[in-house]
Amino acid sequence: MKKTIAAVVVALSVLTACGSSSKTAKSSSTTAPAATPKRIVSMSPTATEMLFAIGAGKQVVAVDDQSNYPANVPKTSLSSYTPNVEAIAGYKPDMVVIAGDTKNLKASLDKLSIPVVDEEAAKTIDDSYTQITDLGARTGHAKAAAALVASMKSKITALTKDLPKRATALTYYHELDNTLFSVTSKTFIGQVYALAGLQNVADPADADGSKGGYPQISAEYLVKADPDFVFLADTKCCQQTEATFGARPAFGGLKAVKNHHVVLLDDDVASRWGPRIVDLLAKVIDAVKAQPAA
Amino acid sequence: MTQSRLRPTWLVAGVVAVAATALAGLVVGPAGLSPIEVLRKVLGLHTHLSTQQAAIVDQIRLPRVVLGLLVGATLSVCGASYQGVFRNPLADPYLLGAAAGAGLGVTVVIVGAADGAATPAFAPAAAFIGALGAVALAYVLGTSGGGRASTASLILSGVAVASFLTALQTYIQQRNVDTIRQVYSWILGRLSTAGWHDTFVLLPYAVITWAVLLAHRRTLDVLAVGDDEATTLGINARRSRLIVITAASLGTAAAVSVSGLIAFVGIIVPHTVRLLFGRSHRVVLPLSLLFGGAFLCLTDLLARTLSSPAEVPIGVVTAFFGAPFFVFVLRSSRRMGVTA
Repeated sequence: MKKTIAAVVVALSVLTACGSSSKTAKSSSTTAPAATPKRIVSMSPTATEMLFAIGAGKQVVAVDDQSNYPANVPKTSLSSYTPNVEAIAGYKPDMVVIAGDTKNLKASLDKLSIPVVDEEAAKTIDDSYTQITDLGARTGHAKAAAALVASMKSKITALTKDLPKRATALTYYHELDNTLFSVTSKTFIGQVYALAGLQNVADPADADGSKGGYPQISAEYLVKADPDFVFLADTKCCQQTEATFGARPAFGGLKAVKNHHVVLLDDDVASRWGPRIVDLLAKVIDAVKAQPAA
Repeated sequence: MTQSRLRPTWLVAGVVAVAATALAGLVVGPAGLSPIEVLRKVLGLHTHLSTQQAAIVDQIRLPRVVLGLLVGATLSVCGASYQGVFRNPLADPYLLGAAAGAGLGVTVVIVGAADGAATPAFAPAAAFIGALGAVALAYVLGTSGGGRASTASLILSGVAVASFLTALQTYIQQRNVDTIRQVYSWILGRLSTAGWHDTFVLLPYAVITWAVLLAHRRTLDVLAVGDDEATTLGINARRSRLIVITAASLGTAAAVSVSGLIAFVGIIVPHTVRLLFGRSHRVVLPLSLLFGGAFLCLTDLLARTLSSPAEVPIGVVTAFFGAPFFVFVLRSSRRMGVTA
């Protein structure tokens, strides 16, 4: 029993770490870097993507084991799940970027006078812009960061401007894993879908937000809701495909399965709040546009 | 008050509990279908349900109810048998490392799948092999080394094996953080995504386990007195114990492989039965089977309706409602002068 409770606690903390932090996402730093950092360690895959996108890649000396984009990142075995302060300090960083401080990493690095920047899991797309701008200012790439934000905004406008008008909004289900963990519209992922004019069937599963926007929905409810689109963000973690999804009990009869509206996403692109939000939106819009307006 | 005979009325009560919870499990659910229509569908009569609604009944609710009954019954009767054979009230079906072994097996497969070396479809088989392997290891370690193996040395080797396998599982897990949610989703219980396939996988193991354990209900009563007494009564204590442990472990491993780890059921149900109906295994085993099935069926119903349309992990529900209920039974039975 003890083990089960421990497992529950761990699982919940993992879910929280996935982005359901109750605090509003914001950037904060205890020790402000005196000069432009030259040895950045990124413990956040999203921050890694942001740093490389604004041209700060050359200043990054090490990234954590989950950072895998872009291809040329200096990947290490540093783990943000079980961070080892000594190992991080070993890279002699003059700036460490983290995403949420569940492990009290900041306090430990403060003792070593290593500046820490916390770019918490974004709750909105605006949070992403704020973080990109902040990282730009801190790394001496303010202009490039402003340009990236402007380009993301204009791409999003271009993608969403000629969406077909519909009498009733199309609905969708976004899958995080094959036990039906999903996201609601209150998450930044949900906002991406909202930009595409889609309505989330998982919203009632966390109406009060107590699950941080990441509820596990029941299978029979999903069958009843019968969404127009299914987006699988568990193609890597759980090897899900249109076929495996359609083979689950009672899912074969879903509209989305019958109409081949099961869209496969890259797990990473669909869970990070970096510049590739635009790629996610493009993929979603492609699917939506293929569906003729009723 | 303590009875050694199974009264027919108790058996009827158990069957009624199973029927009632199964019925509730079928007609209640997040999809909000008409109970009458659901019943007509289950009975094979003409219904006004759409194809989708019929699929919800046939492919989601019905297998989930049946699987809940099977898993609950199996874990409870295995727990009762473990408690009997080890003469230890704290024994549960995971005592000899079945849970840790299953967890390790699943973790290896899920991590392997992430590297493209396996498919998640192997997870149940890996859990089964892991659970049985762990128990076998604990049994060999606990009974080898010469001298007469005591149940205490078996339990201790079970604890050692479980700790070691858990450590191994945690290490592999930490090396592959990206798979952590999948592993914990599995560990927290996966009745929520179960279908007929899982039910049919479990069924033969469950039936064999039940049959063997129920056939040993008298033997377990004799073993409860002591090995020497059992020997004088012509019972080979060592062999009987091995048979009971093997059967209980087989059932536990099969249950774990399809449902994930559902703790608590194997302890709470047998003890509640003991407190309410008597301590003889002739009473405890059959009634644990029935009430265990009913208990898990009911908690699973709560798991999918409490915060509908969201799911609550079944392990949370069993502990949250089971523990206070158990304390209530414990206190009221003390008041009535029954010693636990």
